[in-house]
Amino acid sequence: MATCLKRLRRFASIGRKGQEYSTTCDEPPKLQKSGKTVNLFTAINQALRIALETDPRAYVFGEDVSFGGVFRCTTGLVEQFGRNRVFNTPLCEQGIVGFGIGLAAMGNRAIAEIQFADYIYPAFDQLVNEAAKFRYRSGNQFNCGGLTIRSPYGAVGHGGHYHSQSPEAFFCHVPGLKVVIPRSPNQAKGLLLASIRDPNPVIFFEPKWLYRLAVEEVPEHDYMLPLSQAEVICHGNDITLVGWGAQLSIMEQACIDAEKDGISCELIDLKTLIPWDKETVEASVRKTGRLLVSHEAPVTGGFGAEISASIAERCFLRLEAPVARVCGLDTPFPLVFEPFFMPTKNKILDAIKATVNY
Amino acid sequence: MAVWFTRSGNVARHLKRNMGFLGKLNHSFLGFHQRNSSLVSPIDESYRNAVVVLNNAMALFSVRCSESTLAEAQRDSRYDEHENQILDFPGGQVTFTSEMRFISESPEKRTKCYQVLDDNGRPILGTSFQPLSKEFAVRMYSNMVTLQTMDTIFYEAQRQGRISFYVTSNGEEAINIASAAALTFDDVVLPQYREPGVLLWRGFTLQEFANQCFGNKGDNGKGRQMPIHYGSKKLNYFTVSSTIATQLPQAVGAAYSLKMDSKDACVITYFGDGGTSEGDFHAALNFAAVMGAPVIFICRNNGWAISTPTSEQFRSDGIVVRGQAYGVRSIRVDGNDALAVYTAVQTAREMAISEHRPILIEALTYRVGHHSTSDDSTKYRPVDEIEHWRMARDPVTRFRKWVEWNGWWSDEDESELRSSARKQILHAIQVAEKVEKPPLSDLFTDVYDHLPSNLLEQERLLRETIKRHPQDYPPEVPM
Repeated sequence: MATCLKRLRRFASIGRKGQEYSTTCDEPPKLQKSGKTVNLFTAINQALRIALETDPRAYVFGEDVSFGGVFRCTTGLVEQFGRNRVFNTPLCEQGIVGFGIGLAAMGNRAIAEIQFADYIYPAFDQLVNEAAKFRYRSGNQFNCGGLTIRSPYGAVGHGGHYHSQSPEAFFCHVPGLKVVIPRSPNQAKGLLLASIRDPNPVIFFEPKWLYRLAVEEVPEHDYMLPLSQAEVICHGNDITLVGWGAQLSIMEQACIDAEKDGISCELIDLKTLIPWDKETVEASVRKTGRLLVSHEAPVTGGFGAEISASIAERCFLRLEAPVARVCGLDTPFPLVFEPFFMPTKNKILDAIKATVNY
Repeated sequence: MAVWFTRSGNVARHLKRNMGFLGKLNHSFLGFHQRNSSLVSPIDESYRNAVVVLNNAMALFSVRCSESTLAEAQRDSRYDEHENQILDFPGGQVTFTSEMRFISESPEKRTKCYQVLDDNGRPILGTSFQPLSKEFAVRMYSNMVTLQTMDTIFYEAQRQGRISFYVTSNGEEAINIASAAALTFDDVVLPQYREPGVLLWRGFTLQEFANQCFGNKGDNGKGRQMPIHYGSKKLNYFTVSSTIATQLPQAVGAAYSLKMDSKDACVITYFGDGGTSEGDFHAALNFAAVMGAPVIFICRNNGWAISTPTSEQFRSDGIVVRGQAYGVRSIRVDGNDALAVYTAVQTAREMAISEHRPILIEALTYRVGHHSTSDDSTKYRPVDEIEHWRMARDPVTRFRKWVEWNGWWSDEDESELRSSARKQILHAIQVAEKVEKPPLSDLFTDVYDHLPSNLLEQERLLRETIKRHPQDYPPEVPM
């Protein structure tokens, strides 16, 4: 427990001013190979570069990707791989995803970017009715597994309604899609490469808030991290916390504070939201007897509801308290009121205490 | 003139205040012009004033002035590379006009329709078309008849309750078969749902059609979709989905792949008049033009989207005129004329592949049948209109006349073909009806490439439930 706490203190700075950042308490051995210290968009860039290098039939496309992208994730790619493989598309999300499906169906790796997750909805039909069902409806004659949709999501401090959304829950309800969300540069590179190479259509949401602020050592080589495997970042005994993406760093801070009050928290990064790793979460809740889920997206119908219901089904008699959800409010994402809307560290801390003292 | 200049001077001052960048532009242009006044000729007082006015109006506004001097200035400006920088907009140079004229919402004349055979199956004088061999023409005709027969019998099978649903292609046999005949088997097909003839041409058997409609274990799609949602990897025919026009942007991505792989092949994708109202149509044509994708877009303009006539679908002159709006070469053809369709598609294919461009073909036709077996079109259109098209404008009959006129077909051939086709189809249905359904496990596979843990669990629980309540479940699905 003390070791875990020490590790947390060393690594869990939120990185508001670009400090050293990592939420990993237990580094898996292979990732300890040292690399350069880079931020999230550079890690994404590395992953895309490797994807294009290792597969001559990989393509990267979307609005403004040529010059490097509005978040610089695609910098330098067109110079290295040419305009036939890295290219701008017209401003049309349904076109981008439809085009990507067709490209993937012909056996290519189609890595499409949706500039902001807030703008993914015009492509909802193509994603839900086409991409998700492509393999199933054809009896496995066809598939668009080579399709990966990358999109920045989540709060950024000043994004308002249309630059802050977390739409993951809509897609978690669609059998046939995978939804993956990394928490850090290290994780992002490995998970993105895994998503690109996974033979199923994957939506990869990148926490835009962390693009520049999250900085850590990322190995320069080609590596993948497994999908549908949750990771216990911090071990504890009193309560299990589950989250993903940028929210994990907030939860980590809450865990540190809770530790001061003698509450030992087990923090889990879900990483893949569908298909999600119920087994790891269940095993943890069997140990702690308590669960708290936190996400930025509005609480009603958010993915926390699925986790809560599933764990309640599986661990009802073991639970010492109701499953807590600390999430965004049921409103459009506000500008001036963002600090009130967000699931903050103290909201989480209060909920941890309430759950433990139930 | 002086009054006008004063007014425009005020405008200029107002603009300078409010449009910082353009104001700077004005200054720099003026400065440049003054430095390079030697390049402008002939210079006299009124001309210089005219140029100043032109500057002050930011070159964005149509300037009504003394035509001779200003026109001179404009003409000189247009041809002088350097001075014209301001008059170029992103996208290229535009010629200015002082006449304010709106482009009419409809052309004076509708786009002409390419036709080869008249209603009696005779080639129209002066028409050019791709000649066919006897074998090929007979093969085309046989497929059209088989398609027509298949439609009749499957429709009846649905009426008898033997299959749950069916969609006919009555009236569109020429589009189906002739377009397919103009392609190679390497060309990738992304259909809507009224193009089974393309599959038939490529060798999809009557048994395979029946299997899919019955959803038995012979169905490529493993019984997961409604009847007529065919698909065949072997025949390069993407599986049908009910959603309208979603195949169109996918066709562009597929075509882009063929181009990147330097394949001697194109993509062909079909849709109806109704489908052109979907956003995916717009997305697809625009993407195709920008990407230079070798894809043939074939619109079966059959006049109806279920009960909605084209007059309630769009106000443009059909679909063909939309092509140019996207930078797509297009043609309108008589969709009931097999030779016209064949020739146009073959030419389009060559253009698409060799020039790396999309082509739009609007095939005018008529949907003789109902939208589907769930529809009764006599509710929204006159019966005699339907009968007219069924009898007098039948594409199969029209092509038959041409084939007969060539001496390649007889009445005996006709009756033999029709009865043979009928027998085979009936047999296929009888067989399909008895084949068992796909196993229960096919409910869960292919959602992903591997079964995830949640589906393994759900299958286990379902099987327990089935054991407890077998009466709730159809016995034809093997466990």
